[in-house]
Amino acid sequence: MQIGLFIPCYIDQLYPHVGIATVQILEKHGYQVDYPQAQTCCGQPMFNSGATKECKSVAEHFLKTFRDYETVVCPSGSCTSMVRNHYAHVVGGNNDYETLKNRIFELCEFLVDHAKVSQLDVSFPHRVVVHQSCHGLRELETGKPSELMIERESKLHSLLALVDGIELVHPKRLDECCGFGGTFSVLEEALSCAMGNDRIIDYEETGAEYITGADVSCLMHLGGLLSRQKKSIKTLHIAEILAGTVQ
Amino acid sequence: MTEAAIQSNHPQQAEAFLKDLKRARWHDQALWFMREKRDKGVLGLKEWEALREHASRIKMHTLSHLPKYLEQFESEASKRGIQVHWAKDGDEHNRIIHHILSQHNVKRVVKSKSMLTEECHLNDYLIEKGMEVVDTDLGERIVQLANEPPSHIVIPAIHKNRQEIGELFHQKLNTPKGETDPTRLTGAARMHLREKFVQADAGITGVNFAIASTGGFVVCTNEGNADLGTSLPPLHIAAMGLEKLVPTPEDLSVFLRLLARSATGQPVTSYSSHFLGPRPDTEMHVVIVDNGRTGHYAQAEFRRSLSCIRCGACLNTCPVYRRSGGYSYGYTIPGPIGTTLAPHRSLEKFHTLPFASSLCGSCSNVCPVKINLHEQILLWRQKLYNAGIVSPAKRLALGGMSKMFTFPGVYTLGGNVFRGVMSLIPGNVIAKITGAWGKQRDLPPIPKESFRQQYKKMKGHE
Repeated sequence: MQIGLFIPCYIDQLYPHVGIATVQILEKHGYQVDYPQAQTCCGQPMFNSGATKECKSVAEHFLKTFRDYETVVCPSGSCTSMVRNHYAHVVGGNNDYETLKNRIFELCEFLVDHAKVSQLDVSFPHRVVVHQSCHGLRELETGKPSELMIERESKLHSLLALVDGIELVHPKRLDECCGFGGTFSVLEEALSCAMGNDRIIDYEETGAEYITGADVSCLMHLGGLLSRQKKSIKTLHIAEILAGTVQ
Repeated sequence: MTEAAIQSNHPQQAEAFLKDLKRARWHDQALWFMREKRDKGVLGLKEWEALREHASRIKMHTLSHLPKYLEQFESEASKRGIQVHWAKDGDEHNRIIHHILSQHNVKRVVKSKSMLTEECHLNDYLIEKGMEVVDTDLGERIVQLANEPPSHIVIPAIHKNRQEIGELFHQKLNTPKGETDPTRLTGAARMHLREKFVQADAGITGVNFAIASTGGFVVCTNEGNADLGTSLPPLHIAAMGLEKLVPTPEDLSVFLRLLARSATGQPVTSYSSHFLGPRPDTEMHVVIVDNGRTGHYAQAEFRRSLSCIRCGACLNTCPVYRRSGGYSYGYTIPGPIGTTLAPHRSLEKFHTLPFASSLCGSCSNVCPVKINLHEQILLWRQKLYNAGIVSPAKRLALGGMSKMFTFPGVYTLGGNVFRGVMSLIPGNVIAKITGAWGKQRDLPPIPKESFRQQYKKMKGHE
């Protein structure tokens, strides 16, 4: 099966190694990956600013770029949710959208639900805490949000459990927002950083060496705070651990 | 009108709140403790999610048949001897209540908690007319003595620590200087309030739920103050938003299970007082208030927020509310629910509120009546943009961004130029030019090549 690879704009520009790790893990599990060079952005920055009209042309470009793929995979929960859920308010009724919304998957979702990965053959002998990004957790349902009284397995945790030598630890507040929130990170700078710093304290208390997650945007925010404060705990996208590109 | 003159500026207020980081952390922890109590209270109920769904449907049903249920309530309440009044706005609500009170020559009023009377500024109105109005909920009394509005809809004085309450009580209630023991301070408030209950000529309460089929209504308190305030005086006036209806007592039972668990984790509030008509020789009045609610109702995409039962769970779970405090919203009702309600009053005045959210969605998940809070917040951003309440610079930037992302050539070139330029600038300079991002955060190391460039090379070699 050929997969259309959607690499969000900020991963393309700032975290190319996360894109490479995504390609590697998909190929390792027998998928042929194609990256259409015409892709840009899903339009979320415009949509979350209320600029639906400005988002529409970007969404239409996205649909045109990806409409011929049977499956689209993306290493970001937030961008995947934008296309699957929020495009309904931008290009709802568009035939390409109505088809694509059932064919686009966040990477962990794809690996668990479709690839049914049960073996990874990678090792990461470190203490790791998972940052549950809000849109993946609550909109794509990749795990059980702490507010809901339901049973649901965390796809990120079940994948990481397949990694040799890894020690998974859990923070006291299981899924508190890190405070990135797109434009929120600059419009409410003080709050955004206070939320991030509190999250870092929660993670430090677990004794973790690494914070991992399925959204680079949250990790960029937490990583930016960590780097400025010269703290030792590091951030890694989950694809890097699953693909074994980091040791 | 005075309220409308003040622009709400959430980022500024939040930054000020966070200046005292120790206090902000304490506020965050205190409210998170409430969220944890809610989780514990809810955990034992296997049917929790089904209850939420059921409650949501009851509310949606009631709202879509609101005129019928309001008429039924009025007719049934009248049969029970309850006098029903209708107020189109806050002013009329205040005038009606004042009129009833003056007819009874009331000088002293005791009031139990009601966010509606806060919304209508009833206390100020009655005090200006020469009456004494005493809030009898402990938290409400604390903020009233401090001459402040509530900062939370369930725990109105949550922003005050016990040292501050001790000092306030020392000044206003003559407790010993330096007394900060919660039990002794509560004892002092109790003595003070008992005296007010005994002296009162009338009691005012809110309404948590009004039951259309019986014409009765329910007031929930943890302190029993609604009962004390209405049992002694010969006059009880209840102020009720027109969305507070439920069709039957069976429906009520669903909400009584949800309300206290969501608010504090208790299985049920300590006192759920059912008012079914006046005692002999006394009067009972209900004032049903619109104050913008029918206008809100007409906007279908926002209708669900009229289901709110004011439990405060969305405030307690909100990472923004916990770290910016109730006053940062500049509206009677703060937090996610306030953010969805305030713009109905004035989109312009409250234009920063829809952006005071990371859209994490925790609020929608804790809401016992399943209001799509974070979706409504996002929707308000669209309304703001379409109404032109957004700076020209931002509009231009979003337009430019749209063009860039629609044309891959422009995007690719832009990205390459951006990385090229950034890689030439020293880190300390980047911190300065990245504006709000760079104040407390670094950018990641800028890679030489984008993913698309690396991918091309990788595939070229195969």
